[in-house]
Amino acid sequence: MQTIDMATTDLRSLNAMLQGQPQDTNETAWEVLNPRGAHALAVGLDAPIAVTVRGSTGYYCAGMNKQASVTVTGSAGPGVAENMMSGTVVIDGDASQYAGATGHGGLLVVKGNASSRCGISMKGIDIVVHGNVGHMSAFMAQKGNLVVLGDAGDALGDSLYEARLFVRGSVKSLGADCVEKEMRPEHLTLLAELLDRAGADARPEEFRRYGSARQLYHFKVDNASAY
Amino acid sequence: MTDQPPRTQPRLSATFTNDVNSEIRRAAATGIYDIRGGGAKRRVPHFDDLLFLGASISRYPLEGYRERCDTAVTLGTRFAKKPIRLDIPITIAGMSFGALSGQAKEALGRGATMAGTSTTTGDGGMTEEERGHSKLLVYQYLPSRYGMNPDDLRRADAIEIVVGQGAKPGGGGMLLGQKITERVAGMRDLPVGIDQRSACRHPDWTGPDDLEIKILELREITGWEKPIYVKVGGARPYYDTALSVKAGADVIVLDGMQGGTAATQDVFIENVGLPTLACIRPAVQALQDLGMHRKVQLVVSGGIRSGADVAKALALGADAVSIGTAALVALGDNDPRWEAEYNALGSTAGAYDDWHEGRDPAGITTQDPALASRLDPVEAARRLRNYLAVMTLECQTIARACGKSHVHNLEPEDLCALTIEAAAMAGVPLAGTDWIPGRGGY
Ligand SMILES: Cc1cc2nc3c(=O)[nH]c(=O)nc-3n(C[C@H](O)[C@H](O)[C@H](O)COP(=O)(O)O)c2cc1C
Repeated sequence: MQTIDMATTDLRSLNAMLQGQPQDTNETAWEVLNPRGAHALAVGLDAPIAVTVRGSTGYYCAGMNKQASVTVTGSAGPGVAENMMSGTVVIDGDASQYAGATGHGGLLVVKGNASSRCGISMKGIDIVVHGNVGHMSAFMAQKGNLVVLGDAGDALGDSLYEARLFVRGSVKSLGADCVEKEMRPEHLTLLAELLDRAGADARPEEFRRYGSARQLYHFKVDNASAY
Repeated sequence: MTDQPPRTQPRLSATFTNDVNSEIRRAAATGIYDIRGGGAKRRVPHFDDLLFLGASISRYPLEGYRERCDTAVTLGTRFAKKPIRLDIPITIAGMSFGALSGQAKEALGRGATMAGTSTTTGDGGMTEEERGHSKLLVYQYLPSRYGMNPDDLRRADAIEIVVGQGAKPGGGGMLLGQKITERVAGMRDLPVGIDQRSACRHPDWTGPDDLEIKILELREITGWEKPIYVKVGGARPYYDTALSVKAGADVIVLDGMQGGTAATQDVFIENVGLPTLACIRPAVQALQDLGMHRKVQLVVSGGIRSGADVAKALALGADAVSIGTAALVALGDNDPRWEAEYNALGSTAGAYDDWHEGRDPAGITTQDPALASRLDPVEAARRLRNYLAVMTLECQTIARACGKSHVHNLEPEDLCALTIEAAAMAGVPLAGTDWIPGRGGY
């Protein structure tokens, strides 16, 4: 285990070290101490390494992650795992706004709550939130799965494309063009697998599924009030 | 037979013109706003309203073909480890693959590379055509983040964070179903054939303080190597420039309202934004007030057509310019040789702007393989290279006549304005006077 203390190492050196790990590195386990809310921590990683950040992070922790597993033992600021491509990011605490924004792949797990716009514009990422998500979550979500064990705030899935949303608790309101959909066996299987990977203690049958009504896919004057 | 009293001629309204009435009828029939490509078609004060004074007794000129007049410009000298060096102060603006065909992107890359300048990706991500053929490629970071990924960020030569575009400051992208082919849809993670609505605001930041952190993140991902540009539409150029500097930009790209777009509502193109001429001085003022002029470079776009326009933009304080529409025209857009086909589409060469429909006879703004194959990327690239060379020569000709050994030495004092409006916007005297409206209390 390599330990880096941010009380004595600056952000650039830390990121350069993590980003510099080759595919076949032996140094697969890393620990970061004293993150003290630093922004852009462990961004742009691209190797199968495991990084544990002991504390809380600022904006864009694990941004554009590929392959790596990043765990934050505290809470994460806005845009955690933004545009993630692959790998896994786990937040033990809460996540601020735009968690997993525009993510193309990989798995983001938030053990606490996620704030507004969780999964905004997501493009293939899987996101599992053990607690609640705030308003406008999955806004313009294109692809991937958002699983919420708690409740969802206002306007869930507004202007959604093909992403799938699963919520166990209540949904305060659905956004434009987002509707409840039938839960078919393939969805239960998918959900079971996501819950398992996210270490979530819940049964797929307890969830409802939401998706796009696909009414806004073509501009029509009669839909003008929905845009 | 009784004598008819004399009658006045039928008189057309200056308010309800035929153009206006045709749009009212179109709106009434369809119930949807008009979408089109291109920039503002209305007349606004522009570079045509400025003239150079040339040399005289107090300023001597440089010898046309003997004395050097340099044109090279380096962008990204503030923080980037690898600034970009261009041979000419003219770059190719961001135009999306999706809006343009793969062949058109390739032609832009080849032509710009031969001319010693950069090209820019656009909404929809980076294509092999443009990466492969562009020696210097600027990768746009847009609100939609279509196709965004760290590998392309790292193989770009610079990164351009797009906040806005002159044609539509505050508007998002638009690409209608006809152009969302399998390849375009795949790059954007969207279903094939849908009318795509793309966001007008970045999904994970708002405001200058967030922008500073976003720039930090992009620099950390790319090892502080790449110049980071911030592109804004002409709206509040003084403040947008100052805030971009504060947020840590290396380069500011400022796009005035005449700037082209692939597809936007006509009402937006014609009624929102500041003319290019009115943008430059406030932006330069902001840089000067912060002690950052020439340290953070300013690239101006929106209606640049000739070496004279380039020279005027530089004289007002820009470091370089960027062209979109003019580059497409050089490739072959709106060429009269396709007149019969433009007519069949209800248009005429020079007016064709239904780029969003994907039926471009010139094969540039289309995803239709048969139409796209009409454009030979190698020949089109040569035309673009020639055009860039001519613009550069024209700019040098003017600069030498003003006694400048580098095009960057052109200055507002070399200019006068033909109209009061242009004098006020450009901050140069009305021709034959020493009057700059708005300066000195009157
Ligand atoms: C066909 C076309 C596509 C464009 N696509 C983009 C784009 O994807 N992103 C962007 O920032 N600007 C885009 N623009 C705007 C240009 O980058 C540039 O700001 C503008 O064309 C400059 O004005 P000009 O056309 O008068 O030279 C596009 C313009 C055109 C003509």
